[in-house]
Amino acid sequence: MTTFIELLLGGLSIGSVYALIALGFVVIFKATEVVNFAHASLLLAGGYVTAVLHDDIGFWPALGVGIAGAAVVGSAVEFCVMRRYRGSDHSVLAIVTIGVDIVITTELVRRMGTEVLSLGDPWGDDVVTVGGVTLAETRIAAFVAAALLITVFLLAFRYTSWGVSMRAAAENPQTAALMGIRLGRVSLSAWAVAGALAAVAALFLTVFPTPGLERATSFAALKAFPAAILGGLDSTTGALVGGLVVGVTESLATGYQSDLSFLGRGIGDLAPYLVMVAVLLIRPAGLFGTKELARV
Amino acid sequence: MSEAMPDTAQEPSVGPDAGAKPAPAGSGRTLTGPLRSIRTYLWLAGSVLLLLFPFYLDRFWLQAGLFAMAAAIGAIGINLLTGSTGQLSMGHAFFLAVGAYGYCILAGESSTENGHELSGLGLPTWLAAILAVLLAGAAGGLFSPIAGRLRGAYLGIATLALIFIGQHVLFNAGSLTGGFNGRAVPPLSLFGFTFDDTEVVVAAVPFQASEKLWYVALAALAFSALFARGVLRGRPGRALNAIRDHRIAAGVMGVPVARYRAGVFVLSSMYAGLAGVLLALVFQRTVPEYFGMVLSLEYLAMIVIGGLGSVAGAVVGAAFVTLLPQVLTHYSDSLPLVSAPGTGGLTPGEASRYLYGAAVVAVVLFLPGGLTRLKKPGEKK
Repeated sequence: MTTFIELLLGGLSIGSVYALIALGFVVIFKATEVVNFAHASLLLAGGYVTAVLHDDIGFWPALGVGIAGAAVVGSAVEFCVMRRYRGSDHSVLAIVTIGVDIVITTELVRRMGTEVLSLGDPWGDDVVTVGGVTLAETRIAAFVAAALLITVFLLAFRYTSWGVSMRAAAENPQTAALMGIRLGRVSLSAWAVAGALAAVAALFLTVFPTPGLERATSFAALKAFPAAILGGLDSTTGALVGGLVVGVTESLATGYQSDLSFLGRGIGDLAPYLVMVAVLLIRPAGLFGTKELARV
Repeated sequence: MSEAMPDTAQEPSVGPDAGAKPAPAGSGRTLTGPLRSIRTYLWLAGSVLLLLFPFYLDRFWLQAGLFAMAAAIGAIGINLLTGSTGQLSMGHAFFLAVGAYGYCILAGESSTENGHELSGLGLPTWLAAILAVLLAGAAGGLFSPIAGRLRGAYLGIATLALIFIGQHVLFNAGSLTGGFNGRAVPPLSLFGFTFDDTEVVVAAVPFQASEKLWYVALAALAFSALFARGVLRGRPGRALNAIRDHRIAAGVMGVPVARYRAGVFVLSSMYAGLAGVLLALVFQRTVPEYFGMVLSLEYLAMIVIGGLGSVAGAVVGAAFVTLLPQVLTHYSDSLPLVSAPGTGGLTPGEASRYLYGAAVVAVVLFLPGGLTRLKKPGEKK
C-alpha cells in the first residue's frame, strides 16, 4: 500500500509537470490553431540556458533567464516563421514546426554532446518521509510549483484583458480582429507563455531522480503530446487532466514493472501512449475536447 | 495534363467546322508536340543513365543511391497519405520497421546469433518480400479504426504512439527481432539468382550486392511511382484530394470518406513496407534504433521539401534528404564549416539536419508547391 501511495504521489507530481507542458501546447493551439511539434525543443532550450548559467549567476537568476530565454525563442519562432506563412493549411504549419524542431534540437544536442547537465537546483536528492511514505523533495517542489503556475495561468486566462483577448481570438479570429484585438500579439504572447511554461517544466523533468538535462529529456517532454491529446487539444482542463493521467499511468507502470514483466522492459515509457490510443478509440476528440461541428 | 487544357477548352468555340479553323488548336499542338517529345527524350536519357550507373559509379554512390530509392518509395507512400489526403502521419517509421523485420522473420532461418535464439520461417525470399509488404499493409489496417476516425493533429499524435509501440516491441521481442543488436538480413534471391556479395562479372565490371540490388530497387521504384501516379490521376486520387480539401463536402458528394481514409492508410503502409524491405536488403542488418522518431520526421521533411501530393515531389525530396548527408560526408574535407565526425566541428550529419530542417521551413514559406513546382503552373514547363 505504501508503495502504491508513493507511486501515486510521484505520478501526480510528474503529471503536473506534463500538464505544464501540455498547457503551453494547448494555448498555442487555441490561439493559432497550430500544433506545435517544436514544443520539446523550446523545453530543451529553456533547460539548456539554465544549465549553462547556474554556475555563474546562481540558480534562481539562471532559472529566470532560462524562462525568459525559452519565451524569447518561442516568440522568435512565431515572429520569424509562423507569421510569414500566407497559406491557410494548418497541417502544413504543423510540419513547419517539425522543421523548426529539427534545427533547434540539432543545435542544442550538438552543444550538449553526450554530457548530462545539472540545472543546479537547491533540492538535491533530499527526501521527506511522512507516515512511512517517502517522497523526494523535488517531487513536492514540482507539484507545488506546477499547481501555482497553473492557477496563476488560469486566473489570468479568465480575468485579465490578455486572457479575454486570447479567448476571443480562439473563439472567432475574424470577429476578434474586428473588435480591435491584435491577433499578431495574441499569438506572439501565446508562444512566449508556452515557452516559459516549458522552461519551468524542463527544470522539473531534469531534477532528482532523473540524472539531468540530456538528449533524452526531449523524449520525456514528448509525453506532453499524449497528455494534451487525451484531454482534448482545445481544452485547458483537458491538458491538466491529461497531464495527471499520463503521469500517474507512467509512474504506476514503471513502479509495478516487475509484475508486468510479460510486457517487456520499459513499459512505463509506453503506457501513456497506450492510454491515449485507448481514449481516442472511445472519444476521438479527447476527454474534454470540443466535438467537431461544421456548417457546409 | 496542363498542356492539353487549352486544346480542350477551345474546341467547343471552334464549333462544327473545326477543320476550317485549324489555327488555334494547331498552334497549341505545335507548341506542345516538340515539348512533349523533348520530355520523352529526357525521360529516356534519364532511364538509360540510371540503368548504366552500376557500371560507372563506385560503391559509395551506389549505396547512397539505393538508400535514396528506398526512401523515395517510402516517401511516395507517405505523400499519398499526408500530401494527397491531408492525413498527418508521424508513424511511417513503424511501418518501415514492419516491412524490414517482417522480411527478416519470414525469410530468415531459425538460428542463434549473439546469444539470441532467433526464430524465422525460412520462406523463399521473394515470397517473404511480398508477404512483408502485405504484413505492413495489415498493420496499417489494424490501425485503421483509429486512422479512419481521427483528424489532423489528433491523428499525427496518435500515430506517434506507433513509433513508441514499435520501438518497444523491437527492443523486447528478442526472439523475433534480435533485440538491441538487430538481426542479419537474408539476401534476396529470385529464380535462382541471389542478390548478395558473391561477385558476378558483367561487361568487365564486378557486380556485388549494391550493383545487383540497384536494378531491384529501380524496378521497385518505377512500379511504385507508376502505381501511385495511376492512383492519383484516377478516380481514387480525386476522391483523396476532395477529402483533403473538404472532408464533409467530399462525403456529401458521395465519397465514402472513412473507407478511403482507411484504404489510403493501408496503401501508404504497404509502400512503407516495401521501402523497409529494400532498406533491410541494402543495410544487410536491421537495427531497432534506426526506426525511431527521427526517421518519421525525415519522411515528413522529404515530402514537404519535394512537394506535397505529387509523386515526383516525393522522389525529389527523398533524394534531397537522403543524399545530403552522404554528399556532405564525402566532401567534408573540402567544404567550409563541415568536418569529419569526432574533430569537434559540425559533423556532416548535423550539417545536413540543419539544412533540411531549414529547407522545410524555407520551402513552406517561399515555395508553397515544393521543389518540383519551382515554376508557376502558368509558365512554360
